[in-house]
Amino acid sequence: MKKLDLFVTGVGGQGNILASDLIGETALAAGYDVKKTDTLGMAQRNGSVISHVRIGTRVYSPLIKRGEVEILLAFEKLEAARWSDYLCPGAVAIVNNHALPPLAVNLGVERYPEDEEVRGILRQRTERVYFVDGMARVTDLGNPRTLNIFMLGCLSHFAPFETDAWKDSICRRLPERLHQVNTRAFDLGREEIQNVHV
Amino acid sequence: MSIPAGHVAAAICLLSCLCYNGLKMKLLLSGNEALAWGAYHAGILVATAYPGTPSTEILETIAGFDDVYAEWSTNEKVAMEVALGACYTGVRSVVSMKHVGLNVAADPFMAASITGVSGGLVVVCADDPGSHSSQSEQDNRHYARLAKVPVLEPSDSQEAYDMMSAAFDLSEQFDTPVVVRTTTRISHSKSVVDLHRSRPAPAGEVSFPRNVTKYVMLPVNARIRHPLVEERLVRLREYVETCPLNRVEEGERGLGVVTSGVAYQYAREVFPNASFLKLGVTHPLPAGMIREFAARVDRMVVIEELDPFLEEGIRAMGVQVEGKSFIPLVGELSTEVVEEGAVKAGLVPKAAALPEVAEVSGLPKRPPLLCPGCPHTGMFFVLATMGQRLRAPGGEPRAARSSDMVITGDIGCYTLATYPPLNAMDTTACMGASIGQALGMEKAGIAGKVVAVIGDSTFLHSGITPLVDAVYNQGRITVVILDNGTTAMTGHQDHPGTGISAQGRETTRVVLEDLVRGLGINDVRVVNAFDMKGLRAAARSALASPELSVIIVRGACAVRVPRSGAPRAVDADRCNRCDVCLLLGCPAIQTAGGRVYIDASLCVGDNCTLCEQVCPQRAIAPQSASPGGESP
Repeated sequence: MKKLDLFVTGVGGQGNILASDLIGETALAAGYDVKKTDTLGMAQRNGSVISHVRIGTRVYSPLIKRGEVEILLAFEKLEAARWSDYLCPGAVAIVNNHALPPLAVNLGVERYPEDEEVRGILRQRTERVYFVDGMARVTDLGNPRTLNIFMLGCLSHFAPFETDAWKDSICRRLPERLHQVNTRAFDLGREEIQNVHV
Repeated sequence: MSIPAGHVAAAICLLSCLCYNGLKMKLLLSGNEALAWGAYHAGILVATAYPGTPSTEILETIAGFDDVYAEWSTNEKVAMEVALGACYTGVRSVVSMKHVGLNVAADPFMAASITGVSGGLVVVCADDPGSHSSQSEQDNRHYARLAKVPVLEPSDSQEAYDMMSAAFDLSEQFDTPVVVRTTTRISHSKSVVDLHRSRPAPAGEVSFPRNVTKYVMLPVNARIRHPLVEERLVRLREYVETCPLNRVEEGERGLGVVTSGVAYQYAREVFPNASFLKLGVTHPLPAGMIREFAARVDRMVVIEELDPFLEEGIRAMGVQVEGKSFIPLVGELSTEVVEEGAVKAGLVPKAAALPEVAEVSGLPKRPPLLCPGCPHTGMFFVLATMGQRLRAPGGEPRAARSSDMVITGDIGCYTLATYPPLNAMDTTACMGASIGQALGMEKAGIAGKVVAVIGDSTFLHSGITPLVDAVYNQGRITVVILDNGTTAMTGHQDHPGTGISAQGRETTRVVLEDLVRGLGINDVRVVNAFDMKGLRAAARSALASPELSVIIVRGACAVRVPRSGAPRAVDADRCNRCDVCLLLGCPAIQTAGGRVYIDASLCVGDNCTLCEQVCPQRAIAPQSASPGGESP
């Protein structure tokens, strides 16, 4: 692999920053150069979060150019649509089928896009749009906070790193009592994407 | 506000990573973490800071090292003075702050330039191009020119780590404080770092050899020191000509790019074949090196973020150069922005652009909000009600006329009360400005009552002196101190009012009401942040008071308190859609299908109950007591 440019997006509090850290650390362990940067608004929680992760033999800019994102990993549907402009033609978009409506939507001032609209927006760049039921799977697993690791499991199908390498980075960053549930969430994500991605 | 790096835990986690990997392993570190490790491996014994995005994680990481004294100082001026005093005793010290922090610390910073140092003193300031989380995007490289001290600009985390060590050496070699200037994109980006140094063994006894002409800036001594500062700058100019932090990267001779900091990374992508002069030290400039580089290339351009600092410096040497004629003066750069400029300047051909995805601009935004259970909401709701300011987003004002009450504001999460529905802030300038501004409006003769609103950490940072001013000059303003027991916006750092030190130890707590009463203010009230009646009564009587009054609104930051009791729910039968609860601006209170409901996953339960207290219909109660009301 020469290079891989990824976006990880979601709403503050969903664990996206840890997820993008783990992508970077897994790539580093595989011998790549890595840069990653998070862009947050002023809000710590409930705001849009976007992480740029760049992997390659030599990475200069931490920011990815518009039209060059090869994989979009979105923890929330509206946020997936919001960053569609950055995708390259034919990019992979993995979208957690979950809505967190912003306040203006809740107050009835603005409208949350329908699923078909989100797909339509993403399809202006790529046909490779995969909706996954992350929230349902990790709720069944008994720990909704493992969503970020579930999403990494989905991503792992498209990234050139061994499953064990992913699990090593996950276990290195999390306390031991969380290892089992998170490696299970990772496996569930990997299974899910294999079912969705025909 | 900042990315909440795991405080002290960050450094500890990192230490365990190091043990796991062995010291040869490379790590993925943020610029701030790398700066902290660089300082640690340079042998610092003292580190000081006041939290400020994007600089906060530097001290948070250092605080995890047991063999360094690390403190949250009350403000950046104090932080600078503590670090300066420490370095006078021969130890290495580092002080870190955000760009505007150096405005606060400018006085001791300028003094440090004149007295010089003994042990190394490094001043890290983190600029915020793009104003991601700041009131301005000032370019702090100008401070280095003003103070006649060197400034170093790392371009990634490895350089951040390495430059710290270089900065301390430079500081001691030239008897000067050294500025390391980062930007948000350096401080908050992670890249690969080889922590190849190790911490030196501590050097014996710490002492302060008295040296009056160096350290006592009486005019007579200041006149002795000034020529030394000028001579130092001359020597620094010689030094930077051969300093390894400045380097030429050979490429094609058609185009020469002079650049520094993160702009180097963008320029490298846009001009892959050009020749580069990559400056690690951007003050003073290496004139000889620049002239030589200019002579070698056909066309020379400067790619830099914010002000034309390098460009003007080079032009002042009489060397022809371009830069801000095609690179924006304002905002953060990126590869795209640099490319756009380069196309404009005819340096690169225009690439075929992808069509825009048009619908994106119409998607609902996620503006920052006060959290569910925020202890600031109640007081703002009271002030907004009294000032007839409440207005739902996109809706009409609730009152026909507006009051002439003015609310001067300050810097913290609570600045978000500016937005609808609360609309409860009229000014925000800089840390601590609310109180002085309020007094100024009163003294100017404004008709209405003026209320200053300031957070606990900001009050301790720079609200005390203006309050003393208001006492002395017999102001009649009302000062509201929102005491949530933490520095919330930057990620929950302790401060003198919490009684916990930066390194997690118990310490003497500064009690705000004692402090305020001690200044001679009689009209002081302490109110529970979640008691609407108490808040209303306090606000009414303080606003009616003929003298200076202070209300301390006390309630813990919602993010730090575990939820308790059942979430609140709306009884649909009782609710008449007056929508008063929606005017709190609580993210948990939502509407769907023509009904108001409370998102049980967001509501903090018994800790707050503000909506229950403001509902005129008594339609809001704990969820179990109103089983029909939990969801639409």
